[in-house]
Amino acid sequence: MLKFAMKRLAAAVPTLLVLVTLAFFMMRLAPGGPFDLEKPLPAEVRANLDAAYGLDKPLVVQYGRYLYKAVQGDLSMSMGYPDRSVNELIGEAFPVSLRLGVSAMILAVLIGSLLGMIAALKQNSATDYSVMTVAMTGISIPNFVVAPLLILAFAVGLGWLPAGGWTGSWRDMVLPVIALALPQVAYVARIMRGSMIEVLRSNYLRTARAKGLPGHQVMLKHALKPAFLPVLSYLGPATAAIITGSVVMEQIFGIPGLGRFFVQGALNRDYTLVLGVVVFYGALIIAFNFLVDLLYSVLDPKVTAQ
Amino acid sequence: MTQSIASPDSTDQVALGAVGTAVEEAIAGRSLWQDAWRRLRRNKAAMISLILLISMLLLCFLGPLVAPYTFDQVDWDKVSTAPSLSDGHYFGTDAVGRDLFVRTLVGGQISLLVGVVATLVSLIIGIAWGATAGYKGGKTDAVMMRIVDIMYALPFMFLVILLMVMFGRNIVLIFVAIGAITWLDMARIVRGQTLSLRNKEFVEAAQAVGVRTRRIIARHIVPNLLGIVVVYVTLTIPRVILVESFLSFLGLGVQEPSTSWGALVNEGAREMETSWWTLAFPAGFLALTLFCFNFVGDGLRDALDPKDR
Repeated sequence: MLKFAMKRLAAAVPTLLVLVTLAFFMMRLAPGGPFDLEKPLPAEVRANLDAAYGLDKPLVVQYGRYLYKAVQGDLSMSMGYPDRSVNELIGEAFPVSLRLGVSAMILAVLIGSLLGMIAALKQNSATDYSVMTVAMTGISIPNFVVAPLLILAFAVGLGWLPAGGWTGSWRDMVLPVIALALPQVAYVARIMRGSMIEVLRSNYLRTARAKGLPGHQVMLKHALKPAFLPVLSYLGPATAAIITGSVVMEQIFGIPGLGRFFVQGALNRDYTLVLGVVVFYGALIIAFNFLVDLLYSVLDPKVTAQ
Repeated sequence: MTQSIASPDSTDQVALGAVGTAVEEAIAGRSLWQDAWRRLRRNKAAMISLILLISMLLLCFLGPLVAPYTFDQVDWDKVSTAPSLSDGHYFGTDAVGRDLFVRTLVGGQISLLVGVVATLVSLIIGIAWGATAGYKGGKTDAVMMRIVDIMYALPFMFLVILLMVMFGRNIVLIFVAIGAITWLDMARIVRGQTLSLRNKEFVEAAQAVGVRTRRIIARHIVPNLLGIVVVYVTLTIPRVILVESFLSFLGLGVQEPSTSWGALVNEGAREMETSWWTLAFPAGFLALTLFCFNFVGDGLRDALDPKDR
C-alpha cells in the first residue's frame, strides 16, 4: 500500500514539471509581453520594470528562478496587478471556484449514480431508454449553451434566481452549479449504468440473492460498491472537466473565480498569474488523481497487487 | 503446419475487422463490415442520426451557395429582425443585420471542418504512437505510454487556451492544439488492441517469413485496428467540435468575420433577451450535430463490438 502510494507520488513530480516547463516556454516564445502597451513606455521605465520582474535575464535563468521559487510555494509577483503576489490572488479567487466546483461534483456524483442505477435496474425498459436519452442530451449540449438557456428561463423569464453576479449567497450558485454539473451527471449516469448491469449479472450477486437476502440489502451491501468503482476512476477526468468548465461559467455568470483571473491574465499577458494558475490547477488535478488512486486501491485490493 | 499459420483462421479475423484479407472474406461471404452494417441498420436512433448528419453536412456546404445573402453582408436596415420566410432571412438577422441562416451554415462549415481535420490529426498521431508502443512492447512501450500518462494528467484545456491567446487565433493552430489533446485516448485504445493482435498467428507468420517491423505494423496491425478506430473517430469528432466551440465561445477561436457555432452561440447569448433566435439557431444546430455524432458512435460501437458476437 505504502509502496503503491510512493510510486504514484513519484509519477506526479515529472508530470508537474512537464506542465510548468510547457506553460513557461509557450508563453515566453509568444510575441508580446505584459508591458507592451499601446502607447510604448519610456525606455527607462521599461528597463526598470523588466529588471524588477527579472525579464532582462536570459530565458533559462528566468525559468530556473521561477522553478526555484515555485518549489518553495512562491508563485512570484503578478505582472498585471501591481504589488499583488500570485499566491494572494489565487488565495482570493480560488475559494469561490472551489465552492462552485465541489457543489457541482457532489451533485454530479449523487444524481448521476442514482440515475445510472435506476436505468440499470430497469434495463431495456422505457425508464432506461428515457434516462439514457436524457444523459446523451446532457453530454451533447455544451454547458455554455445550457447556461444562457438557464438564465433565460429562471432569471429572465421566471425571475426566481439572479442572472449573474456574486454576493456569496447560495442563490447565485444554483444556476452555474447546475450548468456545470449537467454534462458530468450524464457521464456518471452512463458509467454507473454500464457497471451496474455487469455487477447485476455476476455470480456473487446471484449467490447473495439465492441465500435469501432481502433486495435492498443485496443492492446496498453487495452491488453498490463494485458498481461504483468505475465512477470513482472517472472522478479524476471529471475534476479536470469541471475546472475547465468553471472558466466559462465564471465568464458567463460574472463570478470572480480563478477561471476568470486566468482568462483575464492570459489576455493581459500577465505571465506570472497565468503560469501560477496553470501550476496551481495542475497540482490540484494531480493531487486529486492521486487521492482517487489511493481510494481505489483501498476499495479494490487487486490494483495494488499488480 | 506453416500453411495453417499463414492463412489466418477466420474466428480470429472477424472479431477485429480484417481489411487486409478482404479477399478471403469475400469468399466466406459475410465480412465484418457487412455484419456491422446490418446491425447498425437495425439501430433506429443511429440511423436517424446518420441521416440527419448527412443532411446537416449537405445543408452547411450547399446551403450558402443558394442563399440570397452572404455571411458577412451587413444590412443596417434590418438589424435584429425576427425570423421570417418572406424576406429571405429564415433565421432572422443579428445585431448588425447579417443573415443568421447563412451565418449558421457557414459557422457549421468551420465547426465540422475543424471537427474532421483535428480528428484526423489525432488519428494519425494516435495510431502511429499506439501501434508502435503496443507492437514493440517492453521498454519502448513503457516509455511511450509513460509519456502518454504524463500528458494525460495535464490540464490541457488551459494550455490550449494559453496557446490561442499567446499565438493569435489562427485556424491551423486550432487544428494542432485540439489534435494534440485528443490523440492520447486514441493512442491508448490502439495500444491495447495492438497488444492483443501482436500474438496472433498471422503476425507470427509474417515475422517468420522475415517481414520488417514497420511493414508488419502498416500491413497487418493497422488494418485490423480499423473497427475500433472508426468507432472512436465518430466519438472524437463531437468532442473536437465541442472544444472548438468552447474556444470560440471564449473569443479565442475563429475570428471575425469568419465564424463558427461556438462564436455564434457567444454572440447569441449576449442578445438572447431581446432576440432569442440569435442563440436558438446556432445552439440548436450545434447540439443536434453533437447529439447525432454521439448516437452514431454509440451505434457503431454496438455494431462493431466483438464482445457482442
